[in-house]
This record gives sequence, C-alpha cells and structure tokens, in this order.
Amino acid sequence: MLKQVEGSRATAEAVARCRPQVVCAYPISPQTHIVEELSQLVKLAELSGCEYINVESEFAAMSVAIGASVAGARAYTATSSQGFLFMVEAVYNAAGLGLPIVMTMANRALGAPINIWNDQSDSISQRDSGWIQMYAENNQVVADLHIQAFKIAEALSLPVMVCMDGFILTHAVEQVDIPDQEAVDAFLPPFVPRQVLDPEHPVTIGAMVGPEAFMEVRYLGHLRQLEALQVIPQVAAEFAEKFGRDSGGLVQAYRLEDAETVIVALGSVLGTIKDAVDDARDRGVKIGVLGITTFRPFPAAAICEGLRGARRVVVIEKALAPGVGGIVSDEIRVALAASPLFQAQGAPPVWPVIAGLGGRPVTKAALRRLFDEAINGRLRSLTFLDLNSRLIEAEVGRLSETPAGRYAEQRLQDIGVVAAEAR
Amino acid sequence: MIEDLRPWPFRIPATYPRSVAMFQVRIHGRGGQGVVTAAEMLSVAAFIEGRHAQAFPSFGSERTGAPVVAFCRIDERPIRLREPIVNPDAVIVQDPTLLRQIDCVSDLRPDGYLLVNSAKSVEELGLTEVAARLAPGRLVCVPATEIAREALGRPLPNAVLLGGFAALSGVISLESLATAIRETFSGKVAEGNVAGAERAFTSVRDQIRRPVLAQAG
Repeated sequence: MLKQVEGSRATAEAVARCRPQVVCAYPISPQTHIVEELSQLVKLAELSGCEYINVESEFAAMSVAIGASVAGARAYTATSSQGFLFMVEAVYNAAGLGLPIVMTMANRALGAPINIWNDQSDSISQRDSGWIQMYAENNQVVADLHIQAFKIAEALSLPVMVCMDGFILTHAVEQVDIPDQEAVDAFLPPFVPRQVLDPEHPVTIGAMVGPEAFMEVRYLGHLRQLEALQVIPQVAAEFAEKFGRDSGGLVQAYRLEDAETVIVALGSVLGTIKDAVDDARDRGVKIGVLGITTFRPFPAAAICEGLRGARRVVVIEKALAPGVGGIVSDEIRVALAASPLFQAQGAPPVWPVIAGLGGRPVTKAALRRLFDEAINGRLRSLTFLDLNSRLIEAEVGRLSETPAGRYAEQRLQDIGVVAAEAR
Repeated sequence: MIEDLRPWPFRIPATYPRSVAMFQVRIHGRGGQGVVTAAEMLSVAAFIEGRHAQAFPSFGSERTGAPVVAFCRIDERPIRLREPIVNPDAVIVQDPTLLRQIDCVSDLRPDGYLLVNSAKSVEELGLTEVAARLAPGRLVCVPATEIAREALGRPLPNAVLLGGFAALSGVISLESLATAIRETFSGKVAEGNVAGAERAFTSVRDQIRRPVLAQAG
C-alpha cells in the first residue's frame, strides 16, 4: 500500500511483513523509531507469532538474536553508532556461526566527539565482520531491501545488514509502497533453519576450532560471501519481477552512457548526486553515477564493468580512515588494478572525497564545485568536501609552531604540569 | 554496458530539469510547538493530492522551547534531493520572537511567501523591509496561537498555520489539509485543528484580497 510515511515506520512495517519471530533491540538515536514501531506492532498483535524482547544493551540484543536464530527463529534487530560498536563481539559470532539474522543499521557517526548525526563510519567500521552489507538510497529501497535481506540471509545462511542513513532517511517522511502481506509471503517462505538447537536431538553449535581447521572455516566463509555475489542479483531480479521495483542489487548505474566522469557513492547521498549530475548533463558535461548497493561482499566485477568507460572516478565517502583517507576508493583502486578490463588502456584515476561526516549536509552547490574541480584536474589526492578551513587553520598553525619532539611537553603544559628540563 | 551483469534490463530513469516545479517550505518554531508534525502534515496533504512530498526535521537535540526547523518539499515528480532547504519558496514562522533571534527570512525567494504567527501587524513586527522585498500579498500575519486556543483549547499553532498557508500559497487545498490533519490526530483534537485551520484560511484569504482590491480600486 502506497502511503506517506516516516522512513523508520516504513522500515518497521516492511520488517513486520517478513514475519520475524523474535525482535530484540535496544533503542539508540536515530534507530529508536524503528524499534518503537515494531514493539507497538507486536503489542497490538498486528505482528503476530513474534516475541519482542526488551534487552539491557546492544550486546544483549545481538546475543539474543543469535540465540533465537540457533533455536530456529527468524530474528531481527536494529542499531546505530556506539550501540553497534558495543555489540561487535557478538556481530562477528553471528557471521561466524552462519546465522541469517537481519539487522537495520541507522547510520550515525562514531564518537568521540559525541555526535548523533549521520555518516557511515559505524557500518563501514565492521565491513570485515562477515556480514552482508547493503546501502539504501531512499526509503522505498529501504523497505524493499529488508524483504530481500531475509531471503538472501536464509538462502546463504549469512547475516545481512541493511544500512539506511540516520535522520536523512529514518526521519524523512516520503511516499513508500509497503508490499502486501500476501505478496511478501509468496516471495519469502517461512524460515527453515539449516541447524537447530533442539533438546530432543542435542548438538553443539559454536565449538572451538583449532589451528587444524580454523583457516578452512574462514576460507569457506569467504566462499559463502562470494556466493552472495550470485544470490543477491538473483533475489533482486525476482523481487523486481514480482514487485516491479529495482532496488539496486549489487550496483546501480545512472546516466553512465558516454560518461567520462563517474561519481561513486553509497546510500542516500546518491539522490542529491543524481540531481547534481542532471544539472551537469544539462551543461553538456559527460558525467554519470555508479551507486554501490551491496558493499559486502565487494562487487568488484560489477563495479569495474560500470567504470569501464570512465576517464576519472570520484568516490564520495561518508567515512574516513584516519591516516589513510578513503576506504571505498581504495577498494575500487585495487579492483580496477586487478581487472582484465583495464589491462590494455590502464585503470582510470580514482579520487577519494570525504563528505558528510557527522551530519554535514552534502549540497548540490558543493557537488557542482567538486565536479568542476574533478573535470578540470584540480582535485587533490584526498578531498574533504566543504571543509571549513577557517575552523582548522588556527589549530593547524599551532601544531606547526610546536617544535618536533615537544608534543608531549606541550600537552603537559596544557594541563598545567611543567616537564623537567634537561640541563 | 553493465547489462550483462544484471539479470533484468537496466532501466535508466527518465531525466528532466529539476527544481523547476519543486515547491520548498521551511517551518521555524520552538520545541513543543509541533514544527516537525506541521511539515509532516503538509507532506501528507500534498501526497493526498497525488504529488510527491518529502518532509524532514532539522536533525538535532530538540528540546522544549529551543528553536526548531522542519522542511517540506513538494513536487510533481519523485524527490531525490536530500540537502536542507535553502532559498525556500515559503517560510512559516510559528513563533515571531524567533525573527529577532535567528535569520529565518533572508534567503526567502523574492517571489516567495512568508506567513507569521502573530496578532501584530507587519509594521509592529519590524518586517516592513521584508514585505517590501516580496510581491504584494506575500507576507501575512495570522494570530494562529489565539485561534488554536479558541478552536482547540490549547495554544498549538501548527495545523492552524497550515490553513493560512493553504490560502496564502494555494499549493495545497484546505480539503486535503483537513484530511491530513484527521490522519494525524483523532477525535476532538482533529476537529479542533481542522476548525482552526479553516479560520486561519479565511483570515489569510481576506487579508490577501485587500491589497488586490486596493490596487484595483
């Protein structure tokens, strides 16, 4: 049913259509509205056959999801930012045990300094946890990806994280078509677990694996991730056929025909980028967009195919690897260098752009300036979009005046302690 | 060139010059006045009329009494833009004391609309210069808090002001606004808000007729 609805509510309703049997979560901004809505749906029996479990922390949320999943239940949770970091130990266990848990990530910056606004540092920080990660451009895609996520997770016995930009999507009210229950039931059959903890037939799940087999277990987990590169497009195709909507699958292309400059990004920023690209196209600029929907597993072949005709690639990232720069851009560089598609003519240069950290708006005006710089070859090796240089100049100046080797003394002076002078 | 990787034909969405017909509204108020709810109701009213709408708050640590901003975009086509609204087509000010505290109006488009919740006149509010910058009949004050107190029994001006906005801009109809209010609230609260919105609609309609009549005369 098409309705004008908050993103969080659309998420909760789409999850409810998937008939989860256990929902366990701990509230944290900006995820709160999702789990509030789900608890209400359970309480009002609009979501039946589901137990909503109040837990005391995010660590407990993931632990309960693991317990529910090994007991054969379709399990769901949602989190954000610091809460996600708090559950990380269990996040790896869910993946290592091959449990098809679905989790919504309401993407938010990581502290310190504390910041409740959006970027993607939280989910990106755990990109190698063994979870599938999918990023949504808008709330329709959020709803549709959740329905696909359960199917993908259960087909592969792998957990799936659906990432939606906090506030920008969770708190945006826009029109979303929430699929009917019958249509979702036809698409997503009941969960049939591959392994179940059953007192009648006792088994051990999660045994210790020593050096004689641990490498092999990890290798098989890697193969399972690569298998997802086949399964995700299949599920996306089936969804598109049944529901008439394209959710992106592995990657999505926009105006890539004859594009010399290709902008790559993940999540809700793609909408603003597409508008800016339309404006640039109107000015005669040959520019297009490659959106990454699935970031884990990394769809290297699909990305290289999409970048085949590009003369330059600009990657807009909502996360920063301090001391390195871009994260997505580095992975794209490696993929391009290894791809047979670029053996003859060489891979196009990849320009990382860090944008939107801690909720800094990514505006069309800033994107236009960025596109102009990229096309005129004026981008630096690492760009911070809309960085307020006045705010940092004073501090950077102070750092450069401090003699090398005296940083510790400087800090001691800052806290009022005089260091012993060598005489 | 990417089709062979994908199991169904790759669709390039229809493209068109954007921001031509998009109407952007910014609502200023204080925590507790229903600023975010107002933007949502506006988007629901536009949705009821078969249009695309995107409502979102200025994300922050909202608390009672603090300045709050919410946004609503309305368009005939799907809305992809996610930046905060600058250069709005309309600004609604739920608390006139904000006009002295923060800059609500300097980026308002010259052909835009400004609706202020106040029983005072444009001159008394010190908005003469702003009024001069806008087209005639584009800046209107309506005593929404007083109307709400009478119609609703509570000084909550948000839905009432949307009635004034419907009359001022013509972007949404009073009927679809009433439906949106009834979808948001129920019972006496809904009916009180609808009655208040109707009164504000009439008040604003009468005010913007006057300059036109004066010019005609």
